[in-house]
Amino acid sequence: MGIPVVLSVKNLEVVYDDVVLAARGVSLEVPDGKIVALLGANGSGKTTVLRALSGMLDIHEGSIRKGAVYLGDEDVSALSPTALAKRGVRHVLEGRRVFKELSVEENLRVGAHVARKDLKTNLARVYDLFPRLQERRSGQAGYLSGGEQQMLAIGRSMMSDPRFLLLDEPSLGLAPLVVAQIRDIIVEINAQGTGVLLVEQNATMALQIAHHGYVAETGRIVMDRPAAQLLADDDIREFYLGLGAEGDRTSYRDLKHYRRRKRWAS
Amino acid sequence: MTGFLTAFSGGLGQGAIYVLLALGFVIIYKSMKVVSFAQPAFMMAGAILVSYLTPRFGFWLAVVLGTLGIALVALAVERVAIRPMVGKAVFVIAIITIGVDIVVRVVAGAFVGTDPLLVGDPWGLDTVLIGDVQVQQRHIAALIAMVVVVVALMLFFRLSSTGLAMRAAALDQEAAMAQGVSVGAVFALSWALAGGLAALAGVFAAAGNPIDQTFWVVALAALPVIIVGGLDSLGGAVVAGLLVGVVEALVRAYHSDLFPNLSTNTGTLAPYVLMMVVLLVRPHGLFGTKEVERV
Repeated sequence: MGIPVVLSVKNLEVVYDDVVLAARGVSLEVPDGKIVALLGANGSGKTTVLRALSGMLDIHEGSIRKGAVYLGDEDVSALSPTALAKRGVRHVLEGRRVFKELSVEENLRVGAHVARKDLKTNLARVYDLFPRLQERRSGQAGYLSGGEQQMLAIGRSMMSDPRFLLLDEPSLGLAPLVVAQIRDIIVEINAQGTGVLLVEQNATMALQIAHHGYVAETGRIVMDRPAAQLLADDDIREFYLGLGAEGDRTSYRDLKHYRRRKRWAS
Repeated sequence: MTGFLTAFSGGLGQGAIYVLLALGFVIIYKSMKVVSFAQPAFMMAGAILVSYLTPRFGFWLAVVLGTLGIALVALAVERVAIRPMVGKAVFVIAIITIGVDIVVRVVAGAFVGTDPLLVGDPWGLDTVLIGDVQVQQRHIAALIAMVVVVVALMLFFRLSSTGLAMRAAALDQEAAMAQGVSVGAVFALSWALAGGLAALAGVFAAAGNPIDQTFWVVALAALPVIIVGGLDSLGGAVVAGLLVGVVEALVRAYHSDLFPNLSTNTGTLAPYVLMMVVLLVRPHGLFGTKEVERV
């Protein structure tokens, strides 16, 4: 793949509809070939960061007020999703968003839109990653199970052999067993050389496989540590993993007072 | 019986013209969720352009050039008048297409002149005897052209990467963008396709008749066609186009028996009556796609 490249945002400020401030000075880095987890509650600006990275702010009336997105040393903030996809940045949208009325293979072919020449190689690679998709290749995508649809959504993005894969909540609404499958696939994809930015609410799953983790809160990055340190952090354990300081599960029953969710920034 | 079959064949020919027009409506609707009312103008402009090109290039080359020419005009119209409005209310865009329709029609109409304008087709009103039925050659030509176009479109949307991208963008624009599909290019291409189809329809609608200022009225029947077929169904446009053409022709042929008190206008009415009946039974049209839902 040549020299390592870092996909990064620096001091990013994003505004929707000219009024809603969704990211306030976010900086984060996704190094080539690593898995980076971005954790945070609803409305903390995780998806906004992904949209900035993949050029998809525009259709949501969002715009970058300050800061920039970099691919290596190049400022790619103003590039279209098509241009970014061609450069190897692929965004897997939250909620799977497969093309329900197209067949599985047609979905994958749409995914290869920016890499039409290598369709065969990529198709073989994706079917290798997801044998289940090959079994159902001519079936309509809308009739796949939730887990299969997520596989299809990820496989579709892998059809252009991306350098960076941006995953928005791949575990959303899936059974624990399926979440584990998706997790293993992300590790496998990463092992093949693709950098992954994993946005998750399922912090346990994300931190298990990530090399580095960020925690976002109301549009800011409030923690930025190696994943192992985050996993060991008392606050993270309590508020994202639901474990007590000793590692056993706590229950609200044991607490004298119900404490509000921990906030670092305010 | 012969009378019936003659009317029937004429209906199929007229229906083929409706199909070509309706396909353009449906393609634009699928990509932008907007009904473009500019189709009648593109049809008229197409017929007029071909009639100007025919003396120089011969009919067949003129048809090809005219179709491409109007496709380019539609492309330009989309870029100038429609693209800046993307994201605005669908209703606003639809009204703009009416404006476009009037502008294009007036400009094209200026080239009609006082002499009868003919596309120079080789068929005129000649007929050929099939069995013992007199069938007009222009109707056969329109049917053949329609079948060729439908097959070509089918292959395009099924097999080509661009066609597939257009289908994907029609289903979920944001997800298509995330695959690197340029939605702007999809809009542009859908307008170009629709413009070309309208021009081709114009050629067949003008075959055998001189073009006048009210020529575009033919295209209005494409509106009930797309409603009958289902706004977002290409297959529906084909079936409904032929159906409307045949119903209209039959009513026109038998109106004096059926409605002795009414004048000849019952034929023009028929598509709209058919539309109302279909809407009563199937509110989404005959083939409006049902959403796939996993239970």
